[in-house]
Amino acid sequence: MDNLLTSYRTMVTIRLFEEAVERLFLEGRVMGTAHTCIGQEAIAAGIAAAMEPFDAMTSTHRGHGHFIARGGEPKRVMAELFGRDTGYSHGRGGSQMMMDTSIGFYGANGITAGSTAFAAGLALDAKLSHSPRAVISILGDGASNQGIFYESLNLAALWKLPVIYTIENNGYAMSTATARGLADTCTADRGKAFNIPGVSADGNDFFAVRDTVRGLLADARSGKGPFVLELRTYRLSGHSRGDPRVYRTREEEQEAWRHDPILRMADALRERGATGAQLETCRQEAAATIQDAIAFAESSPAPDAIGFASSLFA
Amino acid sequence: MRNITLTQALRETLDAILERDPSTFVMGEDIGIYGGSFGVTRGLIEKYGSERIRDTPISEQALTGCAIGAAVAGRRPIIEFMFMDFITLGTDQLVNLAAKLKPIYGIPCPLVVRAPTGAGRGYGATHSQTLERFFFGVPGIKIVAPSNATDASALLQTAVADNNPVLFLEHKLLYPIRFPFPDELPPPMPFGQAEVVNEGDDVTIVSWGYMTALARQAAAKLASLGIGADIVDLRTLAPLDMETVITSVQTTGRVILLEEGPKTGGVSAEIESRILDEAFEYLEKPIRRLASPDFPVPAAKSLEAHCVPTVDEIVACAQEMIA
Repeated sequence: MDNLLTSYRTMVTIRLFEEAVERLFLEGRVMGTAHTCIGQEAIAAGIAAAMEPFDAMTSTHRGHGHFIARGGEPKRVMAELFGRDTGYSHGRGGSQMMMDTSIGFYGANGITAGSTAFAAGLALDAKLSHSPRAVISILGDGASNQGIFYESLNLAALWKLPVIYTIENNGYAMSTATARGLADTCTADRGKAFNIPGVSADGNDFFAVRDTVRGLLADARSGKGPFVLELRTYRLSGHSRGDPRVYRTREEEQEAWRHDPILRMADALRERGATGAQLETCRQEAAATIQDAIAFAESSPAPDAIGFASSLFA
Repeated sequence: MRNITLTQALRETLDAILERDPSTFVMGEDIGIYGGSFGVTRGLIEKYGSERIRDTPISEQALTGCAIGAAVAGRRPIIEFMFMDFITLGTDQLVNLAAKLKPIYGIPCPLVVRAPTGAGRGYGATHSQTLERFFFGVPGIKIVAPSNATDASALLQTAVADNNPVLFLEHKLLYPIRFPFPDELPPPMPFGQAEVVNEGDDVTIVSWGYMTALARQAAAKLASLGIGADIVDLRTLAPLDMETVITSVQTTGRVILLEEGPKTGGVSAEIESRILDEAFEYLEKPIRRLASPDFPVPAAKSLEAHCVPTVDEIVACAQEMIA
């Protein structure tokens, strides 16, 4: 139960983080752009709960949740959004470019399928090193249309790499509904031409995500990879800041909110014996974390605006 | 000393690198059993096996991204694009990932990208380009363009030891040329050190890669005409050793910038701009740029010959400037 409550707290932390990000943008306290993952928290928390510390994860442009679930510190993610020196990339990266390899998080990436080949490289290294590491490479349904993804699938299948291409199918590539963008909307089948097994799971169900990923990771470790995993979900938030969401109806969104993964997780935990007080404690802890994160970010110093350009090379 | 081809020098260098550093591996299309389109990796798979001499499918994006992943994981990949023209397919990964890793994410990316460049073999417009200009304006990528076998070996060793993405240009016309080469591999050479390969007081010729070979031929002809050419072989474009260029310009007051590739948007345009910034008062004549016409490289030998500066053009240009 402790682990489950931790995962629940992670999900709430991500939700509150993303809500805060949207608010901070509206208030003009954070600039640039950010893509929030409201409605997709069970995926981040479920995957993270299934991974071992030595495993690797690559993420997308919509990566705050993945990073926080994997162990990224919310205050340093927030500081990055504020463009502060204490951010993971010292303010250079912004929302889409953060990495902490020490916790196996190999980066959000501003190019939607831009991490898929990179993930194959991490997996190749793991295989050559005879390491138990497996790689979770997350991408979206929209990114699953990019050519590099198919080249990566072929390479991964050819070399039997321990990588799980995990597609967050949230129904929309920015404004383009999957039916308008994908010739076959079942993204689990995207590896068919390469004989890669495709698995589909309910991405709003923490337990389905965790257990499916856990099984695939074990299979990948024993040399049965790669895999394609489709996690069906719904992006309750807009694509990015300022998205008027003209491409879908409010009724559709209201219906989707009924499947809010956090409510479902809370229900499931209650069924397993969690008390309302325990859940409320998680919520309060998450809220405090976000408050602290904002305070930390706002009080952090700006990055060195003169010396930064001299650090181009390693 | 012995005389060996650039191809042989590169092969021996790769062999030595692979032998002394187990974190290195070579990856590319047809580089294993086939030995590479230009034969540079021939024989290496027999010695190092298919894991370290890794043939890939025709998937430039994936092989580039895969190498970047392996680099971040701690290996030192050396990838080959069969022709530099194909680098366009891997450019997203080089520009949007490899070049961003250190400056933005703070993560080193020790990656060497070998690319055969240039016209002269009648291969046509998609197998003959010199595309270093695309990367010259991308901060975060080093660019190496050797003009002879010893430099190529020394610079390749430095490239593999470097913790950043390095684009290593090999001009196709240099591969079969025999160069004097030491019996033992030369030591690694730091980037950013141009070399004056021919000394003269009358005109500076700035070049890199195969253009330096042309400049040397032109210098020999010019010498017989009583004109001394100071040839600055850049050796690396990023970092760019402007100091050596400026020092030469201060002596000669006349500059010819040689470049293979369309004149518009060329690397030498940047060099020209910097000379104007830093040494305008030393110039006795306007700077001249000899480059290719703004046209794709045609296949026919008779047409292709017009797409690269020639020795005669260089000589004529220098004579005009002196007159």
